[in-house]
Amino acid sequence: MGIRTWIDSWPTYRQLSGDDPLGRGAAAKSRRSDTLKPRVATADKVVKSICPYCAVGCGQNVYVQDDKVTQIEGDPDSPVSRGRLCPKGSASLQLTTGNAREHRVLYRKPYGTQWESLDLDTAMDMIADRVVKARREGWQWEADGVRTRRTMGIASLGGATLDNEENYLIKKLFTAMGAVQIENQARV
Amino acid sequence: MAECHPVGFQWVMEAKARGAKVIHIDPRFTRTSALADVHVPLRAGSDIAFLGGIINYVLDQDKYFRDYVVAYTNAPTILGEDFKDTEDLDGLFSGFDPESRSYDGGTWQYEGMEVQAASGQRDQEYERRTGSGAAVAEAGGGESHGSGGARIGEGEPERDETLTHPRCVFQVLKRHFARYTPEMVRQVCGVPEEQFRQVCELVTSNSGRDRTTAFAYAVGWTQHTVGVQYIRAAAILQSLLGNIGRPGGGILALRGHASIQGSTDIPTLFNLLPGYIPMPHAHKQEDLDAFVQAEAAEKGFWGNMRAYAVSLLKAYWGAAATEDNDFCFDYLPRLTGSHSTYETVMAQIEGTCKGYFLVGQNPAVGSSNAKMQRLGMANLDWLVVRDFSLIESATWWKDGPEIETGEMRTEDIGTEVFFMPAAAHTEKDGSFTNTQRMLQWHHQAVEPPGDARSDLWFTYHLGRLIREKLAGSTDEMDRPLLDVTWDYPTKGEIDEPEAEAVLAEINGYDAEGGPLSSYEQLEGDGSTACGCWIYCGVYKDGVNQASRRKPGKQQDWVANEWGWAWPANRRILYNRASADPDGKPWSERKALVWWDAEQEKWVGHDVPDFSPNKAPDHQPPEGARGPEALSGTDAFVMQADGKAWLYVPAGLSDGPLPAHYEPQDSPFPNLLYGQQRNPARQLLSHPDNRYQPSGDEPGAEVFPYVMTTYRLTEHHTAGGMSRWQPYLAELQPEFFCEVSPELAAERRLEHMGWATVVTARGVVEARVLVTDRMAPLVVQGRTVHQVGLPYHWGPNGYTKGDAANELTHMSLDPNTHIQESKALTCDIRPGRRPQGASAVEYVREYRRRAGITEETGTG
Repeated sequence: MGIRTWIDSWPTYRQLSGDDPLGRGAAAKSRRSDTLKPRVATADKVVKSICPYCAVGCGQNVYVQDDKVTQIEGDPDSPVSRGRLCPKGSASLQLTTGNAREHRVLYRKPYGTQWESLDLDTAMDMIADRVVKARREGWQWEADGVRTRRTMGIASLGGATLDNEENYLIKKLFTAMGAVQIENQARV
Repeated sequence: MAECHPVGFQWVMEAKARGAKVIHIDPRFTRTSALADVHVPLRAGSDIAFLGGIINYVLDQDKYFRDYVVAYTNAPTILGEDFKDTEDLDGLFSGFDPESRSYDGGTWQYEGMEVQAASGQRDQEYERRTGSGAAVAEAGGGESHGSGGARIGEGEPERDETLTHPRCVFQVLKRHFARYTPEMVRQVCGVPEEQFRQVCELVTSNSGRDRTTAFAYAVGWTQHTVGVQYIRAAAILQSLLGNIGRPGGGILALRGHASIQGSTDIPTLFNLLPGYIPMPHAHKQEDLDAFVQAEAAEKGFWGNMRAYAVSLLKAYWGAAATEDNDFCFDYLPRLTGSHSTYETVMAQIEGTCKGYFLVGQNPAVGSSNAKMQRLGMANLDWLVVRDFSLIESATWWKDGPEIETGEMRTEDIGTEVFFMPAAAHTEKDGSFTNTQRMLQWHHQAVEPPGDARSDLWFTYHLGRLIREKLAGSTDEMDRPLLDVTWDYPTKGEIDEPEAEAVLAEINGYDAEGGPLSSYEQLEGDGSTACGCWIYCGVYKDGVNQASRRKPGKQQDWVANEWGWAWPANRRILYNRASADPDGKPWSERKALVWWDAEQEKWVGHDVPDFSPNKAPDHQPPEGARGPEALSGTDAFVMQADGKAWLYVPAGLSDGPLPAHYEPQDSPFPNLLYGQQRNPARQLLSHPDNRYQPSGDEPGAEVFPYVMTTYRLTEHHTAGGMSRWQPYLAELQPEFFCEVSPELAAERRLEHMGWATVVTARGVVEARVLVTDRMAPLVVQGRTVHQVGLPYHWGPNGYTKGDAANELTHMSLDPNTHIQESKALTCDIRPGRRPQGASAVEYVREYRRRAGITEETGTG
């Protein structure tokens, strides 16, 4: 190592002589940190997304490697957010890939004391049966002598965290079922 | 705003850097206050008194924008002789029926409007049959106008442009708000007169031709028994000051969920169909024509409601919907009153509602009176919970608070529970509509893990299975399900429906199946289909406009090539009002759209919210209807008279003007009127939903403090998306209450120690944060303390705590059916709360001490 290189490797010297007087950028780099690459650099693709938390609608860049999401950052292109994310938006990676997420269907029998496992297709079929039954049992052609053509047996709550397309299908299906008790977070 | 929408707040700071003054009005000092020029702490629940005070200042000091007010608002419109104001009736408007606790708004109409002609078509027996008054029966009527105002009947309202006629809206407004003096503001809100005047001067000096002022509220304004009237008060103020339809103006609702705007536009709400078409009520022999006649406005874009409704029915029922069968209008289920989430809870407790889907919502801790929510769920046959993690609404049957107290035993609960893991936004395609009405598409990055599925997948396949099970049924009740168009293309191994195909249906298509580009193309003859008329154009030319992402830096300040805003990609609604009646910008500084006489069209930075070739001096031909009836100065094109409403002649359940009423639970009597609480508020009676005495009523002293709930930057609503994230749990690790040093001394509360907070509904424990941020206020001559509680917590997740909603009640705004969770009263004591059965007894003892019965608070 030459003397010049040796002096240049000294952060305080670089801080005093370079254009980083606060020592928060280039001056603070070590040989090791100089060789570090951001984890997003090796991503296979960057997918454009939107933050799922509040209604500001900040842009997100979702980094994917080997079919796994590896990082989520603010999208600098967004005229809404200009690349920024708040603490919640910055935690989107934990939200989507964290180990608190359940990946399997769980089932609790009537009067049961524990969760049991259940196959997804079986669960879907059971739910469909229950909808058909509750719909029929709660059916009202009329209320107080006036046609209502509806069921009061089924209700649904939630939608503000979903996509427009999802809300559209929920409203369409439940309306066709005759269910009217369809609500979401706009009410709270 | 800095707390709840920090990234949006960067624009407030940009404005401040350019000289804007930032005023923050909030009971607590927050990150917003820290960056504001002025922080005004006020008593929770007193905002109408505060805003009414500013309105009075504007009217009294002639600070209103006269040219704007005369041209674009209903200030000159003359009211009928029968209207009586709160000034005349000590806090009531004319038309109140105390028995049904509701208003008949017939006397609120403009002079010269033939309201009888319209209501004559309506079902006169409806109220008697449903056993309740018009307000609750025609549930959510006020809210159903999420895009423009209510119909006002036929005729041409009379106007006095000198604004001097004693019955013109302007003069009525002046008289109505005259009692909202600075002295009254001090007495009711606890805001010193000097500080109040400072706010008045800042707001008015920053409004006019050259300057505009914006109001931003997080949805706390809606969580009152008078929530809609809070926002109405801001709307009156902003209209008087000329701050609507102009850059830098407006009233901005800062909403809390990624697509809460979208789930209102394309509603998962009981009282609405897509695009704010109301759900039909059960009226005798009401066909499509009668429905449209009763709901559509004569003038403005709601005049074309038939085209929107028929196109929706075509999107729902396709080929089955024909002219001959009224386009399947009969397939729509009918309402008989309110079926809001709180009535649904009552129906569950009563046993009529047996099956419940929870789709990304956590009512066991997130809805008002959380105990009632759990009681409802414990009485179901089955419950389906779709979420990321095991939220409280999924696990209450084994570890909820009632299990701890012994009020319920797991072995006795018959509810069958399915937990269905949900896909994340990174695992599905779709659009969110943000709080500015802008749709933004998010693209799928990876496949969902395990059994996790999108709600698109779940709903589509559930519908498919149900239709398979009912296939071949000849039962008339199954026709709507069997006829519904349900043939979406799917992709991949899991058969995920194509979200873009759903978006294309929302956008709408013509008889040949080609995508529509504007709601002006919609027809009422069945030749067009459109799933949500206000979203028509989002799939213009077969291109997903919501996924447009031209970088902001490569665009002007409007940035209208990023995403797509409804309607028609307009970024500022009613922007015709940004120009003067002649079509010239009010000032160069505030130019947005203007009339180009040479090209004979409206041009500018934004997409004009006006018929593009309608000249400013245009007068509609005699007998014109719908949009054709709008003149060249009718800037508020969705309104039935083309004007901004200072006074609301129709559509609201609790009065044409805001009036200050005390919250359901309040330590004070109403100083402004003899009427203590909103007379039309909606109450739900149940032993676990008791209300508290207020003001001078005996027992009010048992709950001496004001309580309010709010959010923190580091958590999200009821916590389902933040309490399970270690980063966020670490940043805000525990449920706490904020109290002033004075209250801490009064109640011997120790900083970082425990406190017990109690109401007639429940009891919680929280860590104590003693802070000057919750300043005591002097109201009606005495000091009142306020207790602040963030409502993000519940017993599950990495960070656990009691839910603030154990304390709140179900007392609702009659227009929106939203609960009053922002202003209550409570008691607070040092130490941890009683555990087990003694917690129940503790609350009962408080009820006894306060003398609470089912009658309490219902007057």
